[in-house]
Amino acid sequence: MPDSVIGIEGLSKSYETSAGLFPALKEINLNIASGEFIAIRGPSGSGKSTLMNILGCLDQPSIGCYKLDGRDVAGLNRDELASLRNQTIGFVFQGFNLLQRMSLLENIALPLIYCGVERDERLQRAQDLLAKVGLGDYASSMPNKISGGQQQRVSIARALINHPRLLLADEPTGNLDSHTGEEIMAIFDALNREGITIVLVTHEDNIAQHAHRQVRFFDGRIVSDQPTIPTGISA
Amino acid sequence: MIFAMLGEAWRAMGANRLRTFLTMLGMVIGVGAVVLMMSIGQGAQYSIKRSIEAMGSNLFILLAGHTSTSGARSASGGAHTLTVDDADAISELQGVQAVAPIHPGSSQIVYGPNNWNTSITGTTPSYLDARSWDVVEGSAFTESDVRSATRVALIGKTVAENLFGTEDPVGKTIRIGQSPFIILGALASKGQSMSGRDQDDTVLIPLTTAQRKLFGSQFPGSVRMIMVQASTPEIMTSVEKSMNSLLRQRHRIREGMDNDYYLRNLTAVADSAAESTRIMSLLLGAIASVSLLVGGIGIMNIMLVSVTERTREIGIRMAIGARERDILMQFLLEAIIISVVGCFIGLMLGTGGALLTEALTGTLVIISGSSVLIAFSVAATVGIFFGFYPARKAARLDPIEALRFQ
Repeated sequence: MPDSVIGIEGLSKSYETSAGLFPALKEINLNIASGEFIAIRGPSGSGKSTLMNILGCLDQPSIGCYKLDGRDVAGLNRDELASLRNQTIGFVFQGFNLLQRMSLLENIALPLIYCGVERDERLQRAQDLLAKVGLGDYASSMPNKISGGQQQRVSIARALINHPRLLLADEPTGNLDSHTGEEIMAIFDALNREGITIVLVTHEDNIAQHAHRQVRFFDGRIVSDQPTIPTGISA
Repeated sequence: MIFAMLGEAWRAMGANRLRTFLTMLGMVIGVGAVVLMMSIGQGAQYSIKRSIEAMGSNLFILLAGHTSTSGARSASGGAHTLTVDDADAISELQGVQAVAPIHPGSSQIVYGPNNWNTSITGTTPSYLDARSWDVVEGSAFTESDVRSATRVALIGKTVAENLFGTEDPVGKTIRIGQSPFIILGALASKGQSMSGRDQDDTVLIPLTTAQRKLFGSQFPGSVRMIMVQASTPEIMTSVEKSMNSLLRQRHRIREGMDNDYYLRNLTAVADSAAESTRIMSLLLGAIASVSLLVGGIGIMNIMLVSVTERTREIGIRMAIGARERDILMQFLLEAIIISVVGCFIGLMLGTGGALLTEALTGTLVIISGSSVLIAFSVAATVGIFFGFYPARKAARLDPIEALRFQ
């Protein structure tokens, strides 16, 4: 599949615990094509978070192969992984994870510091994205002065600053009320229409409905993988 | 890039001003103490050096032996065992630069309505060389004055002030004892000797004049003491040895008998004074350096706390693409800024304290570029050294663990 963004084959991940080796993921196979919008679902402890960490290059698989953008991630060192997180992947967290000491504009521009973009360009690009998520007038506000929904928009803008191919969202609406959640999902829908691949972890059915493909996890394995059936009834 | 990081470090420090200030205070006190102590130590060393130079360098004093009358021994110099001929013979020795026979005494001196009692030193022109003593006004007497025992004199600053006040003494005639003397020149000020004696309270006259015309002498040609200057400090031991063998030979002292004179090495006294000052300033510097070290440990302590506190922030930064070296630099820069800024403030306080000490106590202090440079580079090194471990700890964090940190 030449246009595959994520290619996972026979991937397993185990953790050392006091009770011995704990297998969090067992022989996962998953292909995600460019432009897909995919929802990952499953109960706590089913391996969703472990998968997201590996997809986000925060963690490495124990066994198996993970190809991001056609490039095998296994064997990359910490700096190379950092560069992938910086350039290829955008993260949106449940808890927003903005730096409290910085203004919104500086928060959005932060990833650009780590790839050596000049100050003027950094701030210009951040300002453009802030406008795009509808907070153009809040450039110098501090994160603790705005609402959760607004913080999540800023967090999305930060994830987009380096034009990533892949957007990873770990329960982005988990801390928001349903109305604000829908607003955030509208942004994801729009981004997906622009061609960005989105992987979304969620518990909520109505949020998962925005994705085009539903992957369910249970006990470290994929138990179902099917297109979204519209009308709001989950498969 | 570096500016962005500097800005971030500044902001992080500003986020907890009191803590930053207290951390910096350790550095401020350390550097301040080092600068202050080094300034005082160097000032003391300089004072000692100056009084040694005032005395003259590489000097020996030969004193005539003592007599014993009915068991009561006179002071050294009481016997007439040293002569001008001894002095001439010593001046032939290798490594001897200047030899000045000295016939001391004291007398009342009078000029107009003023009079003053001072020490009179009968000697030769080489005395001025040996003690590196300059004539600031007029000129010194010469060998021919010594040969013909003329009544001329050089006067010290204290004497000039007491007899002449602001008047120019050169060319005036004063009375020493009963005889009139013409003042040829005024001597430069030498200040206090190391024993506290006023070295400027003296009058120099030709040796022969003192012997024949002022104090008289039972044994013509004998002198109380001879000042000998070696040409370099290194050969003082060999000069001492050859002087001893020469004098023992000239005085016909048999093997196993005591010398009939005393030979003193003045430099040895001066050297031990200089050495003890040097040790004292080293000690001061060492004690002050300990506080610099404590300041460094304070920085390390606070940086470790800061890394722990900001674990989540580090995780976020890593998630959006910060490399190990970015995190390392961020924390290292903070430590360096704290130490360098603390160092600057410490330098200023230390310098101010040194100047205040000088103003209040009159102790000479010297603030040298080298001590400032040393304090500064030590502080920067301390910052890097103690900042590195916490910074590396931050950079090595596992991004997942760090993100999970609450």
